[in-house]
Amino acid sequence: MAPVADDLVIRIVRKIFPAVANREAQPVLSDIELRVEPRSFVVLTGPSGVGKTTLLNIVAGLDRDFEGSIQFAHTDARVAYIFQTPRLLPWRTVEENIALVLPEGDPRHALIPELLERVGLTGAASQYPERLSLGMQRRAALARGFVLEPDILLMDEPFVSLDDPTAQGLRELLIGLWNKRPTTVLFVTHDRTEAVMLATRILRLSGASATIVQDEAVQLSPSERTDREKVLAEQQRIFHDT
Amino acid sequence: MQRVSVAALAGAYPAWAIRLGWSIASLVGFIVLWEVLADIIQHRHLPGPFTVLQAMGHELSSGLLAYHIAVTLARVAVSFVVAMAIGASIGIALGRHKGADRFFDSWLILFLNLPALVIIILCYVWFGRTEVAAITAVAINKIPNVAVTVREGARSLSRDLEEMAEVYRLGRWRTLRHVTLPQLAPFFLAAARTGLSLVWKIVLVVELLGRSEGVGFQLGTYFQLFDVSMILAYALAFILVVQVIELAILQPIAARVNRWRR
Repeated sequence: MAPVADDLVIRIVRKIFPAVANREAQPVLSDIELRVEPRSFVVLTGPSGVGKTTLLNIVAGLDRDFEGSIQFAHTDARVAYIFQTPRLLPWRTVEENIALVLPEGDPRHALIPELLERVGLTGAASQYPERLSLGMQRRAALARGFVLEPDILLMDEPFVSLDDPTAQGLRELLIGLWNKRPTTVLFVTHDRTEAVMLATRILRLSGASATIVQDEAVQLSPSERTDREKVLAEQQRIFHDT
Repeated sequence: MQRVSVAALAGAYPAWAIRLGWSIASLVGFIVLWEVLADIIQHRHLPGPFTVLQAMGHELSSGLLAYHIAVTLARVAVSFVVAMAIGASIGIALGRHKGADRFFDSWLILFLNLPALVIIILCYVWFGRTEVAAITAVAINKIPNVAVTVREGARSLSRDLEEMAEVYRLGRWRTLRHVTLPQLAPFFLAAARTGLSLVWKIVLVVELLGRSEGVGFQLGTYFQLFDVSMILAYALAFILVVQVIELAILQPIAARVNRWRR
């Protein structure tokens, strides 16, 4: 099969955490071969500690100590990463934090006001992050990711440790942003309902040296994703649980 | 007898006014005590505050006070900047590289404990009694302090923010300016504040031993004449100048650097 030029291809033959003082070397990931179509929303699930974040870090280029290769659609593919914690610079305002990821004089600076409005932070643009709630900080981190107009958007449990309504609001915000400008997303979560709501494709990682044990397309239309019953039924179909 | 409670006072005036009031009261108390002691002891080696003020006025009108303070301040400024720049570079390097830190740690401890006087004497012996030797001596005294303080900051740099900067490709210069330096700012500031008081004290010794102008040189001259009022006049004038630097330069910088904190 001829490779499609636009795919993101992830090949991880082996990833090992090297031995440290009182712990032996630990295999984390092995035999992962993954082809991600452009503009698909891929959710990675699996028990905590299985290596989901490690996989994202490898794709992001933060972890280069592995056997395998990551192939982007083109060499200067733009990658945005929304981390588990917002990782905003506390000494820069919300607006400065977002503007910082763009080179000076970049035309994308013009997107900032609209993005701020979409994430509901127009009034907080000149605030310092630590004066905002966690939910607002996460929205700022979302805006920072989207302003880049990334080719690949990596998200590592970005809505964890928020109360349900806030997390739900952010999920809807993410869907809105993604519909407006679809991009390839790799999204890590262990929340199965969240996975079904967001994903076009779900991958399940499992094992001591984890590999992909399940690869499933989500069969929901955009309107069905806000329907609790439909989401639950799909969740049951994919995970065989309640 | 009527008693006014402190609580009642606190309610009537804003906090800063009360603090200012206490400062003035304590200062006045000190001057009164000084005057009383000088009156009792009646010796020319303990002049009262007004005699000292007179001496200061005399030096001020002759222009000598301003000249020598300016010379000393220039030396303080140059050696302070040199020491901060070199000390901070060493501190960052040691904080980031464990191997270098392990190797140079004992060197730092050595220099930290080397008496200021020894460094000054060696600098004069090796480089002659020159301006460069003087500045070098002061800087060497201060560098290990700055290095140790900034090293603490460099050790505690956030890995999370560094990764963020890497993924979003901020590049070397923007990472330094927006991610690294703001994290080090409180440590720079701490080093600067303790540094300033250390540097100006050492500059006086350097001037006393090997320069023919500056506050330290003047103190030496008046020491040989046993003119205590002049010695106190210079000391007082210099304390005032350093206070002004602290209030007018360092505190506003500190407020600016910390404005994002809750």
